[in-house]
Amino acid sequence: MASKPRVRVPKKAKAGDIITIKSLISHKMETGQRKDKKTGEKIPRLIINKFVCKFNGKVVFSSDWHPAVSANPYMAFSYKVVESGEFEFAWTDDAGETVSKKAKLTVS
Amino acid sequence: MKKSGFSRRNALELIGGGVVTALLAGTFATSAQADAKLLAEAIKKAVGDGAMKEGKITLDLPEIAENGNTVPVGVSVDSPMTDADYVKSVHLFAEKNPAADVASIHFTPASGVAKAALRIRMAGTQNIVAVAEMSDGTLYTAEKLVKVTIGGCGG
Repeated sequence: MASKPRVRVPKKAKAGDIITIKSLISHKMETGQRKDKKTGEKIPRLIINKFVCKFNGKVVFSSDWHPAVSANPYMAFSYKVVESGEFEFAWTDDAGETVSKKAKLTVS
Repeated sequence: MKKSGFSRRNALELIGGGVVTALLAGTFATSAQADAKLLAEAIKKAVGDGAMKEGKITLDLPEIAENGNTVPVGVSVDSPMTDADYVKSVHLFAEKNPAADVASIHFTPASGVAKAALRIRMAGTQNIVAVAEMSDGTLYTAEKLVKVTIGGCGG
């Protein structure tokens, strides 16, 4: 269900800088409240419930999502630069499907 | 006998307090009591029933949201964000949504500042409540009213 993960991370930064990271992924985020217009039955819930951001393998930011998070969830947050390395972003949905994306950061 | 007298007084005080809270909530909407109960339960589940102080949190929300399907929320908490003193989590709640939980955001000292933004669904005009959990266990809370013209929880 989840597709097109997108992240915006600066390629270069100085040690000590606080950078803003923006992330976006395509997902319907089905709440479990909507009804099928033809059958009248509830459409089962299927949302991304966990978003995790790691830097060089260590969790630096995470978030638990409930059905009140909008479709195509967007998340922006901060990170204090220490060293060069790689971010790994992972989105996991109710079905257990995980989509991930990587981004490199170079300290100049 | 004396002991039971005390407990009865306490019980009466509790009931009295409950009535006042219910009356206050009742001025907003008929189902406000149920909403407040759901909200209180959701908060208790997220952070326990510790005392909450006001302040430290800045909620960046529109006064009027035209579309309840996607309402931008910005939240920041005043903190040095060091290993010894940082914001562990910020929990967001919307009391009139079918479920009060919205999202829990977990920071680390590596965050630099406790600041995040996301987009949420709102079923109607209501208060958005934020509860921040500090690394030493203290809790802070803030809330802001958002007017919603079109609700965003399907139907």
